[in-house]
Amino acid sequence: MANIMYWEAIQRAHDEEMTRDPLVICMGEDIGVAGGTYKATKGLYEKYGPLRVMDTPISEGGFTGLAIGASFLGVRPIVEIMSVNFAWLAMDQMFNSAAKIRYMSGGQLEAPCVFRSAGGAAHQLGAQHSARMEKVFMGIAGLRVVTPSNPKQAYGLLKSAIRSNDPVFINEHELMYNMKGEVPDTEYFHPLEGSDVTRSGTDVTLFGYNISVHWCLKAAEILDKQYGISAEVVDLYSLAPLDRAGIKASVSKTHRAVIAEEDEAPVGVGSEVIAIINEECFFELDAAPVRVHSALVPQPYNHTLEKAAIPDHEDVVKAVLKLFGKA
Amino acid sequence: MKIEGKKRVLREMVLHRRFEERCYQAYIERKIGGFLHLYPGQEACCNGVMEAARPGHDYVITGYRDHVHAIKCGADPKEVMAELYGKETGSSKGRGGSMHIFDAAHRFMGGYALVGGPFPLAAGIAKAIQLKGGDEIAICFLGDAANNQGVFHETLNMAALWKLPVLFVCENNLYGIGTSIERSTAVIHQHKRVAGYNIPADECDGQDIEIVYEHARKAVDHVRSGNGPFFLELMTYRYRGHSMSDSRGYRSREEEELWKQRDPIFILRDRLIAAGELTMEAFEALEKETDAYIENEVIKFSEDSPEPRVEDLEKYVLADRETQTPWLTGKAA
Ligand SMILES: Cc1ncc(C[n+]2csc(CCOP(=O)(O)OP(=O)(O)O)c2C)c(N)n1
Ligand SMILES: [Mg+2]
Repeated sequence: MANIMYWEAIQRAHDEEMTRDPLVICMGEDIGVAGGTYKATKGLYEKYGPLRVMDTPISEGGFTGLAIGASFLGVRPIVEIMSVNFAWLAMDQMFNSAAKIRYMSGGQLEAPCVFRSAGGAAHQLGAQHSARMEKVFMGIAGLRVVTPSNPKQAYGLLKSAIRSNDPVFINEHELMYNMKGEVPDTEYFHPLEGSDVTRSGTDVTLFGYNISVHWCLKAAEILDKQYGISAEVVDLYSLAPLDRAGIKASVSKTHRAVIAEEDEAPVGVGSEVIAIINEECFFELDAAPVRVHSALVPQPYNHTLEKAAIPDHEDVVKAVLKLFGKA
Repeated sequence: MKIEGKKRVLREMVLHRRFEERCYQAYIERKIGGFLHLYPGQEACCNGVMEAARPGHDYVITGYRDHVHAIKCGADPKEVMAELYGKETGSSKGRGGSMHIFDAAHRFMGGYALVGGPFPLAAGIAKAIQLKGGDEIAICFLGDAANNQGVFHETLNMAALWKLPVLFVCENNLYGIGTSIERSTAVIHQHKRVAGYNIPADECDGQDIEIVYEHARKAVDHVRSGNGPFFLELMTYRYRGHSMSDSRGYRSREEEELWKQRDPIFILRDRLIAAGELTMEAFEALEKETDAYIENEVIKFSEDSPEPRVEDLEKYVLADRETQTPWLTGKAA
């Protein structure tokens, strides 16, 4: 086990897959000579050259479509969209071309593309650079969405996404690239579907994904130490499809659920998980499930307002205490 | 440009330069957060074009490197700095930040963070001018790399098709973040790209304000006289990194030095000195005076101003909610 950073894990997955298969290529803005805004493609340009590591113009719609077209002929492109905010410009191609091609061609064509992007609010980047957009991607038929919460997942999910014959959107987080964690030394493929029980508990399930898994883990610690509440933490690394069986199994055990997301509440992971709970295990519930989420505002620049807009582990603790009538 | 005008513009350019350098310092001191894109090196572009246009009357729109454009249109430097400090007195009430300076009263229609986003907005503003029958024009300042967005071409086509009063100014500083233009763009001289849309275009040195001014005058006249859009390319250079986390590994110090010898402020300064209209002492005094103004007024105002209140987090999201318009409930009189 190596203890490496999130960006190093992503870089390693690229490197291994590009060594193995000459048709694996990567492209994006400043990913080659500069090594990537978050270093996720560091050293690849030197190793594989400009034909396979492509610095693109600022043409998100164009190069995303180009990658998808190449994938029709068996090329496996890994497209980096520098920030998820810019993915809006690429969505037409992702949704109308990649996600639908297999279906509308009756299975003749496939788009084995990977789209990676940094999502989430970093610090004070303002309204047009702080979007969380999982909600937009997870409702598109034909597109897989995964979102790693640690280096092991970042490595293993990317490996599997490259091998997958479906288009996969990987939602990373700007604040997590320097996070360290254990990654197996041997090749490892994280399942594209399912969820991980990151901490086992009996009284309440805290559902998180990507950065909010860390709020949940911190909250679980506090709930255990200070309030004697045993919280289970479930990491929903696959947002499309969501793990119905995993959600049902955990809630059937704990009978209570809190869903933590950095995104705003309307139309999101929280509402979807609650719908699944209603459909799968409504009669197991001891209390109505609760969402912890951001305020429905474009992200403010001011530091204090920004903090007020985004939840953290304390909000998760508060939500659980409320669920238990302790606040 | 008459000598008196030149002296005033020099004064303004010194303010623009010192303002930006002070932002740099404030960022290091963590008074400013987020992304910060600075303008030193490119001052003659904005100043030259706006001297030929009518600041505060013509509509201006640009990207995230927007402080100087706002100030040139008439925004109060105090309010621009307060915005960077995230204060309630900032030009966008502390909600926008460096990339989103707005001053509608002075017709500065904003800074936008998505590369290429302002192109069609500028055309839309021009459309509104056309409909309303005013003599204003819309001016869109963007970088060279922005022209690789599809919307650049879509906008040029519509602007030409509908003869919209819009001037596109391309500040070609040869880089888009760390990618040099020859690595991202098939054509280095951007004005060549618009020929296919039947839009007249011109290119000139963007470091010498008098040259910019002469070319901009023709461009502005063309647009204001109802002849439709114009595209003006200015060859320039940004002295600092793209934003604050940029060690400039993608270009050589020699290249930077060459461009620093063509500093837009020094070009104008030395010309005025050669003409006997300015002394080096007077110039240095001007710099000191400017720094004092920035420190004693601009920074002080920003430091002393209050932060937005947390209760106001959701203010400015939806208009009808705030003003309780009757059609919100369908009870319009
Ligand atoms: C749609 C979009 N893609 C990518 C980015 C990231 N980005 C910000 S500025 C920039 C370079 C723009 O270069 P240019 O247009 O030449 O303007 P300059 O910064 O040189 O003034 C890039 C790639 C962005 N903000 N928006
Ligand atoms: Mg540029």
